[in-house]
Amino acid sequence: MAELNPVRPFTGGLRLPPNKNLSTTMPITTLARPQRLCIPLAQHAGPPARRAVSIGASVGRGDPIGATGEHGSVAVHASHSGRIVALQRRPILAGNGLFDADCVILETDGVDAPVARTDQHWPDTLAARLAAIAAAGIAGLGGAAFPTHIKLGAHARYRTLILNGAECEPYISCDDMLMRTHPDSIIAGALIMLDLSQATQCLIAIERDKALALEKMQYAAAVRADPRIVIVPLPTIYPAGGERQLVESLLAEEVPRGRHPTDIGVICQNIGTAHALARFVSDGEPLLSRIVTVTGLGLRTPQNVEAPIGAPISALLDHCGGLVDPRSQLIVGGNMMGHPLPNADYPVTKATNCIVALPLAEAVKSEPERPCIRCGDCADACPARLLPQELLRAARSDRSELLTGLGLEDCIECGCCDVVCPSHIALTASFRAAKPGLRQQILHQQLATAAAQRHDRRQARLQRSAAEADARQQALQQALAADSATRRTVIDAAVARARKQRNDPNALT
Amino acid sequence: MAAGVLTLAVLTVALAALLLLSDRLLPNDADAAVERIERVLPRIQCGQCGYSGCRPYAEALLNGTAAINLCPPGGEATVRALAKLLGTEPQAVAPQQGHASLDQIATIDETLCIGCNLCSRACPVDAILGIPQMMHTVITAHCTGCELCLPPCPVDCIRLEPRHG
Repeated sequence: MAELNPVRPFTGGLRLPPNKNLSTTMPITTLARPQRLCIPLAQHAGPPARRAVSIGASVGRGDPIGATGEHGSVAVHASHSGRIVALQRRPILAGNGLFDADCVILETDGVDAPVARTDQHWPDTLAARLAAIAAAGIAGLGGAAFPTHIKLGAHARYRTLILNGAECEPYISCDDMLMRTHPDSIIAGALIMLDLSQATQCLIAIERDKALALEKMQYAAAVRADPRIVIVPLPTIYPAGGERQLVESLLAEEVPRGRHPTDIGVICQNIGTAHALARFVSDGEPLLSRIVTVTGLGLRTPQNVEAPIGAPISALLDHCGGLVDPRSQLIVGGNMMGHPLPNADYPVTKATNCIVALPLAEAVKSEPERPCIRCGDCADACPARLLPQELLRAARSDRSELLTGLGLEDCIECGCCDVVCPSHIALTASFRAAKPGLRQQILHQQLATAAAQRHDRRQARLQRSAAEADARQQALQQALAADSATRRTVIDAAVARARKQRNDPNALT
Repeated sequence: MAAGVLTLAVLTVALAALLLLSDRLLPNDADAAVERIERVLPRIQCGQCGYSGCRPYAEALLNGTAAINLCPPGGEATVRALAKLLGTEPQAVAPQQGHASLDQIATIDETLCIGCNLCSRACPVDAILGIPQMMHTVITAHCTGCELCLPPCPVDCIRLEPRHG
């Protein structure tokens, strides 16, 4: 296959200071076993896993804590052996931001026997394999924790598998470090995904600034020598790693509004997910840990840490030498698309790719917001081809039809408009805030239309049944009247007959 | 002179006939107007306006026999939209009696339900399922949170919970 080499990958975007060297100087370290793990049953906004343990139960490493239940749920496992001490509903930060989830609290005991290996973990049929992936707890490790088996099963025959190693967001380097350390495992995962998705090619997208990772991946791909796998170096432009941006730059196609890449036969997976899948298929080990970039100038020794799912973020901070300034602002995800963390008492989930500790001076924007001067820089920078200044006006005046028309749902919240805005307007924050309201309004409209229809049908039914009851009543009355009339004639006839007999002496006695 | 009179007379008759015909044949746009008013209302059929549903209220609004501030679930937004649509001045929303809202759904405590079927008959959108003497349940996808099932329940086994998703 010809080398793909896009010159200009996608519209908009920015060149940002990468800040990745902070955390790439040290090899990946492993977090020491925490005393307590808090394992959420739902790690993305979809349906949660069904709890499979109760308080007091002893679990071994890799035992399921939550089983797959509803369509779209992913199992969760005990990342260390220990005892279940509590069940809590508490806020967690995962996939779609801050939300409340049921969590299982596990007190670790340090026994940690290796996960029991069986030969049956990888069945033969596609459906059984997808179910096995869900049961192994494998979800997208790029930051949204979307269930991998749903994505793989969403389309019968994919054209293209895109493995996302772009990692465009500043500060994050967990994918970079993973590609440096386990390139062959990632390629193995890519081959498994190719088989499952039936895709004819696999494009592995890596930004050019990750020279070492690029080299290692190219070497690992060359060793496998599979013609379907192509490594594509991408120019370093934020947000090159967005699904839609990847499709645009690699395939020169656009994902239609309101649709997903899977709708056009393209599946995007993170390289970390490929690694987790390869690990599961070869060793039978479910997803128990992930690599988290713990970085930022507010931290003493930034590095990439392999942390068990459910470990407290405070333990990760301690592992990295602790905060320089306790007032540092913590952000989960990168500084562009991440969510600020109220405190360090949150668990690591499958979606936690990075924790940035920004010193207070950097976190608090000193520039006050000024009115929009309509320069249009935001529209140039927007990778989704939206008009941020118009969207802002619509969001501030709460005009839902205008927001829908301007394509608010297409906003990927990348934050490019904020960076370029000369008036320092927090555009992305208003879009993020406007989205739930808009979704709710759309939902309300649907519900209301359905309710009105049901009400109309009910009214019609009530009228019909009242009319039917009336008709029945009338018919009954008529029948009764008719009945009495016939009875009368019969009686009259009998009386007449009797009278006639009595008056007629010639009749038989 | 005569020709002029004749022409005008013929024209008058012809145009009158045309008017009559169009009145008969063209669709009545009162329905469309009612439809437009109804779409502004929250359409959860709670009946707090005193009419049996959102459409009757919309009809009354069109006829000018109802005030525009009778819809508490729609709140200020609905009053403003109605004022704009009907060309009147916005008013303060009438004092709220219930909390009918699409953000909530009714839930029946099945351990307490005696199967009296009264709630099912009160539900304006047929969202309560159950036969007399048997347990009843709410079809959550259809519930509009109108609270009309609360007063008839003799054992107070219906609660309102926030709608998720």
